[in-house]
Amino acid sequence: METTKKIKGGDVRAASRLIRNLEDRVPEAKTTIKHLFPLTGKAHVIGITGSPGAGKSTLTDGLIDMFRKKGKTVGVLAVDPTSPFTGGAILGDRIRMQRHAEDPGVFVRSLATRGALGGLAKAVGDAIHVMDVLGKDIVIVETVGTGQQEVDIINHSHTVLVVLVPGMGDEIQAIKAGILEIADIFVVNKADREGSSKLSRELMAMLDMAPPSTFQGGWRPPIMKVENAFEPVGFNKALEDISNKIEEHHQHLVDKDIIGSRMRRKAVVELNEAIRASILEPVLQKLLSSGQMEGLIEKVMKKEIDPYTVAEDIAKRYLEGCL
Amino acid sequence: MSDRKLRVMVAKPGLDGHDRGARVLARCFRDAGYEVIYTGCHQTPEQIVSAVIQEDVDLLGLSCLSGAHRYLYPAVTKLMKDKGIDDVTVIGGGIIPEQDFQLMYDAGLKAIFVPGTTLDSIITWINTNVKPRN
Amino acid sequence: MYFAKEVLESSSKMRQKWEDEVKKLVSKWPDQKPDAQWSTVSDLPIKRLYTPDDIKDMDFARDISYPGQYPYTRGNQVTGYRGKYWTFRMFSGMGDAATTNARWHMLLKEGQTGLSTAFDFPTLMGYDTDSPKARGECGKCGVAIDTLEDFLVLTKGVPLDKITTSMTINPPATALWAMYCAAAEIQGIPLTKIGGTIQNDMLKEFIAQKTLMCPPDPSVKLISDTVEFGTLKVPKWNTISISGYHIREAGATAVQELAFTLRDGMEYVEDVLRRKKLDVDAFAPRLSFFFNSHIDFFEEICKMRAARRIWAKAMTERYKSKDERSWWMRFHTQTAGCSLTAQQPYNNVVRTATEALAAVLGGTQSLHTNSLDEVWCLPSDFAVQIALRTQQLIAEETGAANTIDPLAGSYFVEALTNEMETQAWEYIHKIDDMGGMVAAIEKGFPQLEISDAAYKFQRQIDSAEKIMVGVNKYVSTEKESIPFLEIDDKIETEQIARLQAVRRKRDGKAAKKCLDDLKAACKKGDNVMPYCIEAVKALCSVQEICDVYREVYGEYRDPGLY
Repeated sequence: METTKKIKGGDVRAASRLIRNLEDRVPEAKTTIKHLFPLTGKAHVIGITGSPGAGKSTLTDGLIDMFRKKGKTVGVLAVDPTSPFTGGAILGDRIRMQRHAEDPGVFVRSLATRGALGGLAKAVGDAIHVMDVLGKDIVIVETVGTGQQEVDIINHSHTVLVVLVPGMGDEIQAIKAGILEIADIFVVNKADREGSSKLSRELMAMLDMAPPSTFQGGWRPPIMKVENAFEPVGFNKALEDISNKIEEHHQHLVDKDIIGSRMRRKAVVELNEAIRASILEPVLQKLLSSGQMEGLIEKVMKKEIDPYTVAEDIAKRYLEGCL
Repeated sequence: MSDRKLRVMVAKPGLDGHDRGARVLARCFRDAGYEVIYTGCHQTPEQIVSAVIQEDVDLLGLSCLSGAHRYLYPAVTKLMKDKGIDDVTVIGGGIIPEQDFQLMYDAGLKAIFVPGTTLDSIITWINTNVKPRN
Repeated sequence: MYFAKEVLESSSKMRQKWEDEVKKLVSKWPDQKPDAQWSTVSDLPIKRLYTPDDIKDMDFARDISYPGQYPYTRGNQVTGYRGKYWTFRMFSGMGDAATTNARWHMLLKEGQTGLSTAFDFPTLMGYDTDSPKARGECGKCGVAIDTLEDFLVLTKGVPLDKITTSMTINPPATALWAMYCAAAEIQGIPLTKIGGTIQNDMLKEFIAQKTLMCPPDPSVKLISDTVEFGTLKVPKWNTISISGYHIREAGATAVQELAFTLRDGMEYVEDVLRRKKLDVDAFAPRLSFFFNSHIDFFEEICKMRAARRIWAKAMTERYKSKDERSWWMRFHTQTAGCSLTAQQPYNNVVRTATEALAAVLGGTQSLHTNSLDEVWCLPSDFAVQIALRTQQLIAEETGAANTIDPLAGSYFVEALTNEMETQAWEYIHKIDDMGGMVAAIEKGFPQLEISDAAYKFQRQIDSAEKIMVGVNKYVSTEKESIPFLEIDDKIETEQIARLQAVRRKRDGKAAKKCLDDLKAACKKGDNVMPYCIEAVKALCSVQEICDVYREVYGEYRDPGLY
């Protein structure tokens, strides 16, 4: 309760520690997040995804600037990959946002994937709640950007920006990764480079071909261009346009009453995740600690039994309460 | 069932951009299994301390090669103290003459690493002296 | 190289015999380490022996030639060091202008032949001493210069028409060079008579040293402004010193240093040509270079020989230069700071001497030798003197200066020179394919290549695959203490007081007008140099000038690639 109160009161240290505890799966953190949950739902969550080198962090940095100018407070969750070999990670997105470090209206937190697939960290959903209760008007979530399937972001955001750059084979990647379906706004970054109009044309053609039902409430994802991030006047203008478009999209969700369906999607995911965490993990833990697991593995290896039957049997025993 | 991981920050206060050491260290920390937040060059003490709070790290490693450590390192530790941060270990490296060591320890730094220190000895020091918080 | 058939045949027979014997002996007494570890400090593999076979494809006239003749492998100077030694140029600067001026006069008295200025970090980054960002930095690793008044104290008693001065200054190069020009004017010396160098190489800052101000494009624009201004008004000035030193210090290999530096040089040439105001031969003769001399003796010599050859080829083949003077790569060298150790600091004298000898055998035009205490602090008078004497000793005692390029024709040296040239061209072409150096930097290519090399090297030191004496072998527990130079913290307060006094006494309106004119020139794309000179004369500060650039061109922050 103490922590909840602190976070509600805007205590950054308490919030950052809670996020840490959630990542580290400290049991008390779960209790706290239960208290926080009813207080969530105010922040506008923006997801930013795109391939490595697409300029996501620079864009995030520019958006922070714009939203601050509009008088809004901003939280950022920047996800970087954990090394599968050492378990360590270098979280470097923050570098590009350090100029906001002294602004009390901005809270940037780096997260490592810790083995999670889908471009996010397991704790992202909860960390968004923490930022939300902390009072951040805007929460920006920046995905890893491995160029792999990073569609999880849609389950956590109201508005998803997909960032593409010309000349990186993004065009093909985009279709492959099914990223078109998740975009609310496309950003063609480094648009002063060769191949930018080709990229825009291809995106346009793809949108033209999409069935109208793809566009929720008639929102056809706009294609926004950012030219040279090093040219301050043009960059700021482009970022201002994008931030306006993001707000417009949020308004669209509200006006067309689609925001409910987005929230439902998030609720479904959260429930699924929570059930998985509360049921699957203790079950696995019990099987391991009681030594049953080892025997089952042996049997499956020797083909004495198939894993499907084993799983059905475990589920049945669990539901009957006699595991 | 908690899964604590050491979080460390590598920061470069001041105006010098000699970041070879900081970047080598960041990689070395990753390979040691830590989560490393690197701030980049040209940071003010205020920016660094604010990042320490937002990232909830266990260890802060400062690197400065311009000779300004005499001002900058104590400025960082003082700011931390002012904000009530007492559970983050601070260490420093760079071009630091021996005559300044005491000044650094007095400011609250727990170790100083000078050129010629092996990566392994830094990791050993950290593993012995820094634990992820409870 | 042409070898008679009989020579190659007998060589081949003898080689067979030698190889058999090696095999026999090694099976009994194995080498101290595996073949792959007999490599340069940059990890270039080196063979046990080099023979005529290794250079049989070389052509003497095409590849080696004579001093002062294409492709300049053996140096630009027809007479070698007999007419004149390289310039003994010790990089120095500390505290305030008066302290540095005193150090300069000491060095000139001791036989130094050129000056070289180290500025403190606020000056290097374009901030005034009283900026909040400058706290704690004043005078710490170089001299603090805020306004022309400081600069006049710095150059007091220095005859600017007789002594050449090098200034290690990058983002604010226009401002500091303007001060030099103004100081000359005050001494009554015309701009056509002053000589020296401004480092003014921003590309290597983005790649390696991170002394940053504006984004790459406008940074290159400011550099081209100085090249044009120098060519037309200050003809004896080297307006850019294209630097590999810092690239190497950041952890690059010798080949990376060679390739990235020369590709940087090409980028600058291409930008000036793009502006279509100057013909290549109008400005290329004033381009100068700056290399590191690291501890691997032969690798460094070969790097410098290869550098001259690559540049001559680039100038003639890529840029169709017609004037021989454009083909000469003239360079300054500094021994490697990163090769020095904090442990057993007196050993650093030996390292520096070895590196300095390599630079001389590589044919440098000018040399700085590091002091033994530089891993700990700025050099003391005592340490600087040993460093300067090291050069004088190589020049006067060792005989290294007697003959030109004495290692030419060595199977090993020629083979390694070729190998380094080949590998450098591979990098250069790769960067061409990326769209040039600015594009490559934006992609992070050179930065990441260097990061990888730096990390690998550190790991090799950790595992003692590579040795640093006193660090991972022959470690001693005894502590050697050396005298340290201390920079008084009160210098900062004094410097701030001086700066604020200047601000009070100057004609504020005139200063503001100069800055407004500079801003207008930036916006119009005019050459900034004439406006800078007016601004410094009106006592505008380094930061005031740089703030104009930041405002018009934007501020660049390091993306921190790792």
